[in-house]
Amino acid sequence: MDKLNKREYKEYAEKKMPKPPYVKNMIMAFIVGGIFCTIGQIILNLMKNNGLDEKMAAAGTAISMVLIGGLLTGLGVYDKIAKIGGAGAAVPITGFANSIVSPAMEFKREGFIFGVASKMFIIAGPVLVYGIGSSIIVGLISLLLR
Amino acid sequence: MEYIKAFVVGGLICVIGQILLDHTKLTPAHILVSFLTTGVILGAIGVYKPLVDFAGAGATIPITGFGNSLAQGAIEGARTKGLIGAFTGGIEATGAGIAAIILFGYIIAIIFDPKTKD
Repeated sequence: MDKLNKREYKEYAEKKMPKPPYVKNMIMAFIVGGIFCTIGQIILNLMKNNGLDEKMAAAGTAISMVLIGGLLTGLGVYDKIAKIGGAGAAVPITGFANSIVSPAMEFKREGFIFGVASKMFIIAGPVLVYGIGSSIIVGLISLLLR
Repeated sequence: MEYIKAFVVGGLICVIGQILLDHTKLTPAHILVSFLTTGVILGAIGVYKPLVDFAGAGATIPITGFGNSLAQGAIEGARTKGLIGAFTGGIEATGAGIAAIILFGYIIAIIFDPKTKD
C-alpha cells in the first residue's frame, strides 16, 4: 500500500469512527468538576471556621482532597466518576490522587518497590518534574527582575 | 454565593480540559501536566491570583491551582530568602498536598485491590 492510500484509508476510518458526544461530555465535566470544587470549598470553610489561617486552611484542604480522591480510587468509585465526568474528574486535585493510587494498585504484584512505590509516580512523576522545575525557574526569574 | 462561584469556575476549568480531551489526541495525563504548567505560568505573571480571590476552591482545587501555588511560593521564597528561597518556596507552599498523597497513596494502594473493569 503506498503512502497516499494509507492516508486515504486513515481519513476514511476517521470519518467512520463514532464522534464523542461533545456537548454531553462538556456538561458532565462541568457538573463533576464543579461538585469536586464545591466539596473543596466546604472543607476550606470548615477549616477556616475552626480558626486555621488562610495558608493552613488551604494546606488542610489539599490534604483532605487527596485523601478523598485516593479513597474513592481504592474503593473503585473514582473510575466510575471518571467515566461519567471525563476531565471533570481528571483536572481537580482528586484526579491527581487518582493518577497515583490507580497504577500503584494495578502493579502491586510487581512488588513493594518496583510495583507500588515506583508506579505511584508514572503520572505524578512528570507532574512533579514540570511543576517543581518550572516553579524554581519562576523563582529565579523573579530574583533577576527585582 | 461562595459555593456557586466555586462550582461554576471549577466546572468551567474542567470544561476546557474536556474540550482538549475530545478535540485533540491529548490523554488525561497530558491534561494534568499541561494544566499544571499553565497554572505555574498564570501564577507567575499574576493573573491566577484574582481568580483565586474570586472563586476560592473553584480556582485552587483544579490542578492549575496547584501550579499557581508552586509559582506563588517560589516568588515569595525568592523575595524573603533569596536564591535558596527560589528553590524551596514552591515545594514549601505545596508540601502538604504532596506529602499527604505520597503517604495516603501508598497505604491505600496496599490496602485495596484494583476492581475488575467491565
